[in-house]
Amino acid sequence: MSKIVYTRSKGLTDVETHYCPGCTHGIIHKLVAETMVELDIVEDTIGVCPVGCSVFAYKYFACDMQEAAHGRAPAVATGIKRVHPDKPVFTYQGDGDLVSIGMGEIIHAAARGEKITVIFVNNAIYGMTGGQMAPTTLVGQKTTTSPFGRDAALTGNPIRMCEMIATLDGAAFVERVTVTDSKSLLRAKRAIKRAFELQQQNAGFTFVEVLSTCPTNWGINPRQALTWLNENMIPVYPLGNFKDVKVDKA
Amino acid sequence: MKNEIIVSGFGGQGVLSIGKMIAEAGNIENLAVSWLPSYGPEMRGGTANCTVVVADSKIGSPLTDRPDILIALNRPSLDKYMPMVRPGGLMIVNQKHSEPTADFRDDIRVMVLDSSQIAMDLGNLIVANVVMFGAFVALSGVVSMDTARQVLKETFTGRKEKLLDLNFQALEAGANSVKETQGA
Amino acid sequence: MRRELWKGNEAIAEAAIRAGCRFYFGYPITPQSEIPEYMAAHLPERGGVFPQAESEISAINMVYGAAGAGARVMTSSSSPGVSLKQEGISFIVGAELPAVIVNVMRSGPGLGGIQPAQGDYFQATRGGGNGDYHHLVLAPNSIQEAVDLMQLAFELADKYRNPVMILADGMIGQMMEPVEWKKAEITEARVYPEWATTGRGGRENHRIVNSLYIESEIMEAHVHHLFSKYKAMEENEVLYEESGIEDAEVVLVAYGVPARIADKAVELLKEEGIKAGLFRPITLWPYPKKRLNDIASLDHVKNFVVVELSMGQMLEDVQLSVNGKKPVHFHGRPGGAIPSPGEVKDAVKKFIGRES
Repeated sequence: MSKIVYTRSKGLTDVETHYCPGCTHGIIHKLVAETMVELDIVEDTIGVCPVGCSVFAYKYFACDMQEAAHGRAPAVATGIKRVHPDKPVFTYQGDGDLVSIGMGEIIHAAARGEKITVIFVNNAIYGMTGGQMAPTTLVGQKTTTSPFGRDAALTGNPIRMCEMIATLDGAAFVERVTVTDSKSLLRAKRAIKRAFELQQQNAGFTFVEVLSTCPTNWGINPRQALTWLNENMIPVYPLGNFKDVKVDKA
Repeated sequence: MKNEIIVSGFGGQGVLSIGKMIAEAGNIENLAVSWLPSYGPEMRGGTANCTVVVADSKIGSPLTDRPDILIALNRPSLDKYMPMVRPGGLMIVNQKHSEPTADFRDDIRVMVLDSSQIAMDLGNLIVANVVMFGAFVALSGVVSMDTARQVLKETFTGRKEKLLDLNFQALEAGANSVKETQGA
Repeated sequence: MRRELWKGNEAIAEAAIRAGCRFYFGYPITPQSEIPEYMAAHLPERGGVFPQAESEISAINMVYGAAGAGARVMTSSSSPGVSLKQEGISFIVGAELPAVIVNVMRSGPGLGGIQPAQGDYFQATRGGGNGDYHHLVLAPNSIQEAVDLMQLAFELADKYRNPVMILADGMIGQMMEPVEWKKAEITEARVYPEWATTGRGGRENHRIVNSLYIESEIMEAHVHHLFSKYKAMEENEVLYEESGIEDAEVVLVAYGVPARIADKAVELLKEEGIKAGLFRPITLWPYPKKRLNDIASLDHVKNFVVVELSMGQMLEDVQLSVNGKKPVHFHGRPGGAIPSPGEVKDAVKKFIGRES
């Protein structure tokens, strides 16, 4: 007799995603979905998705969802949370959305201490529009709008969001994780769950940055992409916890 | 009946509050009223003016370029608005900030009073605007003194109630200064 | 009960609260800052909330989120700020959310000036954001009407799941006039609409608030659906006021406070023996085209004169409505200047060849 050893999380809908092979969005969706299931909040949570690769995430998460304008997810989430202060609210945003066009919204949501959870997926490139330079693109990294490699003299340097947000008093939890192997994946899961738990405790703004891959636009295969992330992104974006207002309870 | 009134002076002289008192009084008497302030970047010390219309039927324009009544608290206001006053209209001038004495028109009624001095005689310069309001009520007859007192009663409530008597005195002093002049 | 004197901006804010609006998102800008100030002072005691936004863009997106979450919600700003909100307004229309946006207009372009103007007519009535859309635009000419239209705005926003804009000029914002509160305050908790994202709470399917339809057949159908609502608005929601049309040889057309100046000019014209009338649209979108076209068909109506605080924007709607039946003239003052009744009267006389 066969035994079911793996099923799709109840936090996800039964819809096939549009993500490219080797993309880590699917894994990160699953971690958020599992968290909602484990905390038994699928029926309560309201999610907000961005403009970018995860623009269709409203189809995939099983909770109620809103689709925001590019970069505005933290403002949209603020509106939702103020109406439903007892419901968990999260945004799911990429680096173009959050760090570039939505920098104002994310910083001020954090400064206000909005009791929301932000899942920030950083793959150092614009995926949906075809591989253009993002604010998180590494110096020297080739993209379609930095064809000779990002030149810091021309377009500046990568922005480290966790470090910045951790300085704001409204932030309760800030952690950078990745999902390149099972160990880092477990750590990412713990951070996401912790962020939602702290939100439920009204601790403040919670923020998890997930370093992610984009094999398609990086122009390498998925395995190489994981290696590239570990070797090139982590030195610029060090993993770890930057803030936890209630570390004793962790 | 319709009275179009311009109140003008330096910011901080109580220009807008004189206008509001007139509008409130009109409203209490169930007349149609509108109060429209000038608004600008300056918060204090600049020029300020407001237009008040009090009428016994629906008010058309809340603005006027032919006021029936001008309350001028300083010289620039006098220079700017005196030429606009309707012939046969009324002008109330604050003496202190209107020097050197302007050449007043002779086709309008003109009342000059030193509201600042009257207020200081009562013990507080801050009520100079209520002195002007009192003069306006007595001279124009647009609203009654009883109504004017009612406006003060409704304005100075709660913690401000202790200022009510002083303001009553200022109102009477303004009205009396008119009687004295008219008696002369 | 005695009427109360209210300053326009504060009356607009109070009217919104009385209409059951408990969520306000905004940013300071002259000449509408008394609205956020009033909300900050009075929403908490009425069970509402106003977190000041970091920008008009953020404010309108907070409105989007709150409206999508089922709340009765509004924002307000003045011209340059309303330009920033256009992205959000387009999204609110696309996602079919009810919301009220107040624009207390100042002059432009650019930073312009802070005095009253009507230069945002095109932006408001043509859909200032991207895409094929409209929203209702209501233009009050007194504080009482501003208060009455606020209530109506929220009702219409819910009725059509479409934003409604109150388009006022700086005079409405700053002026003080008597107000009679005609309707009782809505204090009962809002029943969330059946499309709102409130958390599934045992519902079989999740709800999605969205304006993205990537397949063109579906998007085309969505736009047709939106336009079926606009058609219904055109059939049911047109508001206007008129006077003296029955024997008018010249009809003045104006909206907002300038309509009161035009009304006074009509009075002055009549004193000089000129039969003048006034037509005042209250809904700028949908525009009262049909009635204006009917007026243009009257034999005794020989001329139209449009009066605006702009270089001529509503003028185009009057021309479209009159459709060449009669000459349409224009007298406008941009940049914060306000025409006097006498000036309008003189302009009308010149247009109709009755200069004395």
